[in-house]
Amino acid sequence: MGESIDLQSLLAESGVAAVLDELDRELVGLAPVKTRIREIASLLVVDKARAALGVAGAKPSLHMCFTGNPGTGKTTVAMRMATILHRLGHVRKGHLVAVTRDDLVGQYIGHTAPKTKEVLKRAMGGVLFIDEAYYLYRPENERDYGQEAIEILMQVMENQREDLVVIFAGYKSRMDTFFQCNPGLGSRVAHHIDFPDYSVEELQAIAEGMVAGLGLRLSDPARTALGQYLDLRRLQPNFANARSLRNALDRARLRQARRLLEAGRVDADMLMTIEAADIRASRVFDAAATGRTEEAPC
Amino acid sequence: MRITQGTFSFLPDLTDEQIARQVDHALAQGWAVSLEYTDDPHPRNVYWEMWGMPMFDLRSATGVIEELRECRKAHPDCYIKLNAFDSTRGFESMRLSFMVHRPPVEARYKLRREEGPARLIRYTIERA
Repeated sequence: MGESIDLQSLLAESGVAAVLDELDRELVGLAPVKTRIREIASLLVVDKARAALGVAGAKPSLHMCFTGNPGTGKTTVAMRMATILHRLGHVRKGHLVAVTRDDLVGQYIGHTAPKTKEVLKRAMGGVLFIDEAYYLYRPENERDYGQEAIEILMQVMENQREDLVVIFAGYKSRMDTFFQCNPGLGSRVAHHIDFPDYSVEELQAIAEGMVAGLGLRLSDPARTALGQYLDLRRLQPNFANARSLRNALDRARLRQARRLLEAGRVDADMLMTIEAADIRASRVFDAAATGRTEEAPC
Repeated sequence: MRITQGTFSFLPDLTDEQIARQVDHALAQGWAVSLEYTDDPHPRNVYWEMWGMPMFDLRSATGVIEELRECRKAHPDCYIKLNAFDSTRGFESMRLSFMVHRPPVEARYKLRREEGPARLIRYTIERA
């Protein structure tokens, strides 16, 4: 046997272990996503070891597709992904460029190609995150310029494997149709990662994190109220997981502020605490009481 | 005759990796990089053709090198230079400019001497 390399120390050296641990700590749930990211990180570490021992190998294609309902953390994970890929030397800068259809597709003939190319140039050395990627492809209009953007994307994804990672994101079902209609694109995306919906317990854990981040805390009755709120809210339309939770907490903050103003004199503890009343004032509870669910609640 | 213009022009031609590192430096300073080409590298010709728009908001040199390759493919017989523009208030001008491509057969210039009134001599550089 020739020389050997300690993979663990290589992992520690790259500083990726810290990012991965942070990912585990700060992101609640998402077990399949975390497993996949660890696998990708391991692959890159092993590849690095191979390169160090002089076993040349082509760089793996790391273009990804994140599917999942809104508010399940796709953008957040994409941002972490950029850092991880940078630490492991897969991309040179590790920034994230988040775009949607509007940023790629032009409005008249000959506008799309330069626009898409400019975005690609900006994303070089980092991660290009295309949110709701299926809007790029509009089968109902055969002269839609989206197809042109897709073709340029494919070309660059193929050529510049070493310095750009493209992440497509969107709802699962529509993303599947999108890849079926563009098989060339589908076959160039190696990693399909599905983001599961959060359970109520996970959402509660996320809420604790969000509230702490705002310098607030939930009183015990408020915690119970929030659990009931989430149970009801999940069954209603347009539930966007962590995003709905954030909105609910923002509204609770508004109600808390109004309550405090009406109270007149306050102490630090009152300023920091969200009470059950702030959460129970939500219209979600009214809707549940009257059995009205069709309207998007606030 | 070797045309010398801009930074590094008395050095051997830079390789693409060396160009990329210069571009990385320019981007790290926050300068916007652009490419220009011309078939008339006369020192008094300041109007070179733009190869696309200046590239703003780049983070990595890869995109610039890609554009440079395309420009070389389209204009193999032209001179190409790379400019880095600093938009900081007070500078608002080119901070770095160097040639990144020259044609296989370089342009030739000669010095012309012209006799004016009262034994005045005028010199001009013109294409040979």
